[in-house]
Amino acid sequence: MSTPDLDPEVVATPEPGAVETPPKESATRSRPLPARVWAQTQGKVGVVLTAAVVLVALAGPLLAPWLTGYSPTEFADRPFQSTGVFGTDNLGRSVGARFLAGGLLLLAYSVLATALGLVVGCTIGMIGGYAGGRTDSVIMRLNDIVLAFPQLVLALLAIVVLGPHGWVLVTVIGLTHAPRIARVARAATLGVVSEDYIRAAEMYAVPRTRILAREVLPNITGPLSVEAGLRLTYSIGAIASLSFLGLGMQPPAADWGLMINENRIALSVQPWGVILPVLAIAVLTIGTNLLADAVARATESTTVEAS
Amino acid sequence: MSGVTAERGWRPQRDAALSMRGLRVAARGGAEILHGVDLTLTRGEILGLVGESGSGKTTAGLACLGHFRSGLAHTAGSVRLEPRPASSEADDGGEGLELMGLPTDRLRRLRGSCVAYIPQDPALSLNPVLRVGEQIREVLDTHGYGESTGDRDARVEEVLADVGLPSTAEYRRKWPHQLSGGQQQRIGIAMAFAMFPDVLILDEPTTGLDVSTQSHVLDTIRSMTRQHDVASLYITHDLAVVAELADRIAVMLRGELVEEGTVQQVLQAPEHPYTRRLLDAVPDLAGRKVLTATGQLPAARPSGSDADGGKATGGATAPSETGPREPEPGREAPLLEVKHLRKSYGRTPVLQDVGFSLRTGESTMVLGESGSGKTTLSRCVAGLIEDYEGSIALNGKELAASTRKRSNDERQEIQYIFQSPFSSLNPRRSIGQSLSVPLEMSGKLPARERRGVVEDALDSVRLGRSFHDRRPGDLSGGERQRAAIARALVNAPSVLICDEITSALDVSVQASIIDLLNRLRSERGLALLFVTHNITLARHVADRIVVLNQGVIVDSGPVDDVLENPTHDYTRELLSNVPTL
Repeated sequence: MSTPDLDPEVVATPEPGAVETPPKESATRSRPLPARVWAQTQGKVGVVLTAAVVLVALAGPLLAPWLTGYSPTEFADRPFQSTGVFGTDNLGRSVGARFLAGGLLLLAYSVLATALGLVVGCTIGMIGGYAGGRTDSVIMRLNDIVLAFPQLVLALLAIVVLGPHGWVLVTVIGLTHAPRIARVARAATLGVVSEDYIRAAEMYAVPRTRILAREVLPNITGPLSVEAGLRLTYSIGAIASLSFLGLGMQPPAADWGLMINENRIALSVQPWGVILPVLAIAVLTIGTNLLADAVARATESTTVEAS
Repeated sequence: MSGVTAERGWRPQRDAALSMRGLRVAARGGAEILHGVDLTLTRGEILGLVGESGSGKTTAGLACLGHFRSGLAHTAGSVRLEPRPASSEADDGGEGLELMGLPTDRLRRLRGSCVAYIPQDPALSLNPVLRVGEQIREVLDTHGYGESTGDRDARVEEVLADVGLPSTAEYRRKWPHQLSGGQQQRIGIAMAFAMFPDVLILDEPTTGLDVSTQSHVLDTIRSMTRQHDVASLYITHDLAVVAELADRIAVMLRGELVEEGTVQQVLQAPEHPYTRRLLDAVPDLAGRKVLTATGQLPAARPSGSDADGGKATGGATAPSETGPREPEPGREAPLLEVKHLRKSYGRTPVLQDVGFSLRTGESTMVLGESGSGKTTLSRCVAGLIEDYEGSIALNGKELAASTRKRSNDERQEIQYIFQSPFSSLNPRRSIGQSLSVPLEMSGKLPARERRGVVEDALDSVRLGRSFHDRRPGDLSGGERQRAAIARALVNAPSVLICDEITSALDVSVQASIIDLLNRLRSERGLALLFVTHNITLARHVADRIVVLNQGVIVDSGPVDDVLENPTHDYTRELLSNVPTL
């Protein structure tokens, strides 16, 4: 924090008529956001974990044949053997190769779906919370109706009608996330709209969309980033579930969700086929959540906090 | 309050109830918060502990309960409690009880019975789902008072009567939200006194209350302390309150006691420069004092725009000599004119036929207690409330009710500063970004010239340019309020509405903000609408005064007229409730 208003130095010479006190300078210096995130232990761990999984997912498809000697769809041995480092899966393909190759699409789809859900959900929720009154009631009741349908049922319906394409998967999962994110966004907005800085912006006749984007949105990133982390995990789960039903990733493509489902029958014989993708998803979840927390904390102040 | 002065000569001759010796408290990171504090609380006596926020006074107060807030730890020194012989906890045979290092369960038994605590905010400290009677009885139940529930109920009734609240069964069944702030605080006092404590710690218990409620609560505290022979520690930043209430004063600066003595000693012959500085910061009704640093004002001021200017040279009677500001004595058209303003929330009228006018460069104080409608009035003028009746005219031209419907120029002319600097600046945007919003909206300057204007505004509120890129979270309360004032200044307004802008701040910070406003008035010829509940500021900021009571203007006129010859009972009551040094 900065210097208190009563400095002992100033106290010592309180004589009026002295030269005008120099304007107070800020006692601390501002640091860029990445530095503030990195300064927290939480932020460091989050960045490392997230980066590790993302790296594996990005580089995996290229490295898989080179590292394991097999392509993801090539048969290496009989099913559930311990050939190679991580053995074989239910059809006798290399688990290591499929693990390396199976992250990219899943990650891309779930990130896109979460981003879509965030954009739509935030917009709905913030408008509801900021407008209040009848607009709010109508928006939120419609939202409740959508919420009443199980997420998977809506997804099934859309995929059956439109076919199992990647964009359908992303759109339908993103849109089914939106009402849940809208609830969080609305609740957070309600906590902010009564603040005086919103009233100040209204006083200066700032356009309402700009009030939402500049005054409200930055102040609800805390709950939103936590929700985003959670929704990312749900997206991965949803894509994996759809893959299991034969409506998501289509075999023989390698995919972490598919792997869990294909190999869980042999968990006691050849656990690697389940453990590897589960580990990757768990590490990614923990990493993104830590990172989200660290970013939320770093945006609160422009100086580095000890955490 | 005349009885107090008579009582002040009375000195209790009994021994200490609690003594603190060389107490050191440090944060886990290593920074020391208290650097060896010595305090003695004597029975039947109130010790006022004074200091600004962050000086460690609450930490010292809580140490008397054996409590340290999370992140703080006791490093050295002792706090010794000497309970009455009759007390059940006094099993050390008159030796006293060392609180530091006492196991938690023993501490829990002591708290509320031997040492009681009254927190700052009554609304937050009462459990909203417990009826007030049960709330007081909870204390008695926990500490096993009396033989039966009948005894406890009787004690609840008794203690309610003691603090001047009705002790009927009906009243005891009320919920905290049904009581006013003052009543809630008295319930808190009743809870503290329920177990006949030896030591009482009061942490700014009247800070959120307005003057007349405050004086009731202070009366209650005073009489209860005397009656029950309790040793009290009254923590506050308000020297005027301490002067009214306490027997002795201890002044704290950054974790150290810099001065301690009787009220007369400290107030009349302060030894430490910090104490003198604090005393100087307290506004007084007579306006005799030069608020901190006003002596630095340029000597040649246009016809002494406010009381301070004259005081520096003229002494006690200066305000009436310099008189209210009369730039051109003629009947020039008022800059801002409010006529027949009415506003009600539902069926409750908040403002009834309010009218006043403000001339260029003039400062008018709108005085009223909480609930008097003063904030509603100022927000109507600022265009933040859309559905009022009546007219508000600027330079003779009537203004639209909503700020969005007003023209760009009209919006720039009237600027409003919010009460709480902790809420009026967006915590996620830098000071510079927040300050350039008015410029952006008026659209008169190209984006690259805005930074210069914002920096000029920061200069004029005496904030360094390095604050441009900082977030509000990095600033203290006083600095934030300066930034908020700077935001109001970037568009060079002619009317500044200040809605209780100093009530969330310490006296010393308040003094510097008042000083700043006065400078700005003289530099820029601003007209000021200073809305406050604090009548003692009148002669420091205002030329004219408007007294608002329950939505009606009961008194108005030049400051001296209103303060010296109040025409309405309400004004007289306000004046009589003012705590003075």
